[in-house]
Amino acid sequence: MREKLALLRYILAGNPVTLLALAMLVLLLGCAILGPALVPYDPIATNTASALQPPSATHWFGTDQLGRDVFSRVVVAARLDLAIAFAAVLLSMALGSVFGAAMGYFRGWLDTAGSRGTDVLMAFPLFVLAMAMVAALGNSVSSVVYATAVINLPFYIRLARAETSIRRDMGYIEAARVGGSGHARILRVFLLPNILPALVVQASVNLGWAVLNTAGLSFIGLGVRAPTPEWGIMVAEGAQFIVSGRWWIAAFPGAALMLAVFCFNLLGDGLRDIVDPRSRT
Amino acid sequence: MSETLLSVRDLSVEFRTRHGIVPVLRGISFDLAPGEMLGIVGESGSGKSVTAYSVMGLLEASARVTGGQALFGGRDLLRLGQGALNQLRGAEMSIVFQNPRTALNPIRPVGAQIADVIARHDPAPAAIIEARVLEALRQMRIAEPERRASAYPFELSGGMCQRIGIAMALACSPKLLIADEPTTGLDVTTQAAVMDLFRDAVRARGVGSILITHDLALASEYCDRIVVMQTGQVVEDAPVAALFARPRHAYTRKLLRSTPSSVDSIEALAPDEEPVAPSATLPFPAPAPLPTQAPAPGGPPVLEVRGLCKSYVHSRSRAFWRRREVARLQAVADVDLVIHPGEAVGLVGESGCGKSTLSRMISRLIQPDAGEVLLDGAPIHGIAPGRFARLPQRRQIQMVFQDPTESLNPRFSVFDAIADPVTQLLPRQGAAALRARVEQAALQVGLPLELLNRYPHQLSGGQKARVGIARAMAVEPRLLVLDEPTSALDVSVQAVVLKLLTRLRRQQGVAQLFVSHDLNVVRLLCDRILVMHKGRVVESGPAEQVFNRPAHAYTRSLLAAIPRLPQLQEAATP
Amino acid sequence: MAFLLRRLAGVVPTLFGVVVAAFILTRLLPGDPAVFFANSVTADAVTIAAVRQKLGLDLPLWQQFLVYAGQLLRGDLGQSVGTGQPVATDLLRLLPASAELTLVAFALAILVAVPLGVAAALRPGSVIDHACRLLSTAGVSLPTFVSGLLLIYIFYYQLGTAPEPIGRIDPFAIPPPGITGFLLIDTLLAGDTAGFAAAARQIVLPAVTMALFALAPLARMTRASMLGVLGSEFIRTARANGLRRRKIIVSYALRNALLPIVTTLGMVFSNMLGANVLVERVFAWPGIGSYALDSLISLDYAPVQGFMLLMATIFVLVNLVIDLLYAVIDPRTGLFHA
Repeated sequence: MREKLALLRYILAGNPVTLLALAMLVLLLGCAILGPALVPYDPIATNTASALQPPSATHWFGTDQLGRDVFSRVVVAARLDLAIAFAAVLLSMALGSVFGAAMGYFRGWLDTAGSRGTDVLMAFPLFVLAMAMVAALGNSVSSVVYATAVINLPFYIRLARAETSIRRDMGYIEAARVGGSGHARILRVFLLPNILPALVVQASVNLGWAVLNTAGLSFIGLGVRAPTPEWGIMVAEGAQFIVSGRWWIAAFPGAALMLAVFCFNLLGDGLRDIVDPRSRT
Repeated sequence: MSETLLSVRDLSVEFRTRHGIVPVLRGISFDLAPGEMLGIVGESGSGKSVTAYSVMGLLEASARVTGGQALFGGRDLLRLGQGALNQLRGAEMSIVFQNPRTALNPIRPVGAQIADVIARHDPAPAAIIEARVLEALRQMRIAEPERRASAYPFELSGGMCQRIGIAMALACSPKLLIADEPTTGLDVTTQAAVMDLFRDAVRARGVGSILITHDLALASEYCDRIVVMQTGQVVEDAPVAALFARPRHAYTRKLLRSTPSSVDSIEALAPDEEPVAPSATLPFPAPAPLPTQAPAPGGPPVLEVRGLCKSYVHSRSRAFWRRREVARLQAVADVDLVIHPGEAVGLVGESGCGKSTLSRMISRLIQPDAGEVLLDGAPIHGIAPGRFARLPQRRQIQMVFQDPTESLNPRFSVFDAIADPVTQLLPRQGAAALRARVEQAALQVGLPLELLNRYPHQLSGGQKARVGIARAMAVEPRLLVLDEPTSALDVSVQAVVLKLLTRLRRQQGVAQLFVSHDLNVVRLLCDRILVMHKGRVVESGPAEQVFNRPAHAYTRSLLAAIPRLPQLQEAATP
Repeated sequence: MAFLLRRLAGVVPTLFGVVVAAFILTRLLPGDPAVFFANSVTADAVTIAAVRQKLGLDLPLWQQFLVYAGQLLRGDLGQSVGTGQPVATDLLRLLPASAELTLVAFALAILVAVPLGVAAALRPGSVIDHACRLLSTAGVSLPTFVSGLLLIYIFYYQLGTAPEPIGRIDPFAIPPPGITGFLLIDTLLAGDTAGFAAAARQIVLPAVTMALFALAPLARMTRASMLGVLGSEFIRTARANGLRRRKIIVSYALRNALLPIVTTLGMVFSNMLGANVLVERVFAWPGIGSYALDSLISLDYAPVQGFMLLMATIFVLVNLVIDLLYAVIDPRTGLFHA
């Protein structure tokens, strides 16, 4: 344990960028968990008298067309966006990695059928597929979670399959067979824990995609609907005001989106450094 | 007195790693005369490859030369800039690397790669360069040079790729040629052919060469002088005959005694090396001499194999509309084998001969196509490997694997690794009983008990090998199948492990099937030897008989290809 | 040759799966088409049942699928309620707009990302290297619609250099004769340089937005691939033989580094097709993305189905081309040799 902490300190010291990413993640999680309790204004309370006001001392990020405080809405939206992203990624990682590992381990017809299925899934531009799924399942948070989970599945399936294929013929797997373990135990005890690091790196990057995906869907009017504060909806509402110069309504949620995705991508890079010894000097 | 071609003095190199600055070379010095072949011999970590790279200026960014000089043609190579070095490299001095296939550009024809080198140093019209390329290939005794020149590395065998590598290195007639473990990845017979070629080519051109290797016997057969390195220092520097007749340094003596081809019996191998002393918590008797030969194996055989066959289907559909061509690769064809209790049987052959497939069929990891496998007289070949894992017979046959790093689960501590088969194969026991069994297995193989909490990446190669053996022995099997367990280990570590295996066999009475490509090792360890070639057993008999009076032509060619140390060469009877 | 045929044959099951998936998905979409086509909210149950029977919606699901597959093979993608036209006609009419935008963006992305990635790999730790890494990470983080809006704000509102984002050309301008459907090409063919300039000005912002999206993963992959190749053993051999730096980079490193880049192109193209929808929405670009989106929101499902099928088919074909390109570069796939 101590060795892991020392290693962590070494990586962070050599990689201040990862430290920055961790700090941003803490900020985002803080907004998500504590935000709704700490924001100055009610995010959905309208006040048409003070609509479309630029950022000021009273409204740090300005107000939107219905007089709602943009700052409060941006902070509160963090909870929804992050929750959807985490739920979707966890779901697809759990299902995808088990299925992919089974494919890579057993090979045969499971592998062929699964590969074909994944090919079909990836033949559709993923965002288009998400669009269709959300439209089919109805506009709700759960349908966005399911759609995002489905379009992220192929990545985990492919990654788990590749990592399992590499390890499948290694000595310690054969030793486990000789040592009396059946297939299920080998997958559970020997393979999955060893492919987990690669999956976690992928998950970190996928969290970013999931946030982008959710925002994109709500931007075009699918999934989460107004007046729920969500970054994509806010950008969509603010888009019509950009051409008349009222930039703050779309800019701040857009910046929040960027920050979140940037943070997850940096985290993924940092995790890759820790996990993959070859990329270390 | 001819002048020295290369003079290295007090060369020191250090590496920047995440553990800090690590000195890799500490002031080494040696000379190379023109036309001489110098062997640099050492185990892993000795710094022999780093020496070559420093001289050629090919060190990576994290390495730094901290002192010394390397005089070549009147200039200090260590002080030259990359531009000047680039002029010299390929033209005056060149290098042949260890892995021939990865050393070549995989998507460029090999002839073009040789042409690139020639064009760089001796620009000439394309036709002339092409002629020179073909000539270079012909001198490497490569038949059909035109066809080979337009081939890609993946279409050529390992031996052929290495010949191309040597051709490329000699293309511009350098004065100095360094070969960094050029034959380590090749079969024994291919190795002999490539080394003969190398020596002839170098002698014919009067090129001074340095052969870097871990194999003392190989160096003794081809080199004029040998430099022995240990942890970044030169410990001995002498002509071949003198080195073997009167080794001066203790390390050289240790290396000599650990080399299997230098001794006649396992007892004589590394006589004063014993397993590391265990912890003080459990007293361990003083290292006892190896038990004498166990009583002659008698009684019913532990393992019997009859007519075992295995083939793999390799289908290539030539064209969309033609019928699929199905090529069957016969990995194992009609093999018979008997192992008695407490006996050690060696299975020898080159890569692709089927010995690994056979060993895995015996350990019931693979299903045979035909034939019988009988354990203590009872057939076990019909049971699927998945189901066999849950039967009580599973514990009777255990296996030790080749690559110590890959054969240990990175997530298991040493304790977990040894305990796992025990918990799966033996009836449930309490935590105390389990711990006692694991500790006993560890002590049996000479593993200090402090290491039980460590993880594989914290262990040395030798320690990992011991863990693999302890894991297999913990369930007290009747038969131990060892698939090249020492080929990835240094020679001195290998000697210790071989003695350990012999001790285990004689003390515990466990039979061993030792699979290897190294006849020298098998000769020391085993009572009987089987030689395999292309899936068939071509020769079998007592170890001494197979080694000294081989009957089959293939065995003879195999024996002739193995490099021998000087004293054995003199003593060998035709 | 066998490789090519095998690859082509492998496409068939994937396309079949695509058709099945599209069918299932649209059967899941809410809303009863029969009610729609009955064209009246107050139609009674008998009329609706009659319409349903006419549309074949009362048949079991697998029979509906066979009917559907048969229609596809005849090129019948159904009818759009919104435009009143066959979906196939609509898609063909609007395809050039999206294709032009995507292709221009793709070309732009490759022309910038690949040299940038190569330069970054050749000079590790330099300004270019840091710029490349920053661009890759930031570019991947930017949502397409945000970057589009950002560009509109800066270049249209603040600087006034870009035209109003309302489509492909000024609504008052006269479009050139439609030969290819690509405005940039048609205006040149008609000798209409003013029209070409106008069309080019309109396409700049949306193309840059889409290109930004593709630039990041491409630059990152190029840099990583080049770095990987430069550290490989055969490059060490080339250096050991004294080959000149330029020769090593051009003849030894670049071609080998291209392989993973070509593979990434497929994924990048797929992402671009997805981003197409968002960009067309932001810039009011009259392409198939806008068409599909408008149809989806007005619960007109035949166009959505046709759009998805078209997208998937395009992707599968593009992947085929990319695989072929890969086989040409890498002799190990056995395309030319035995």
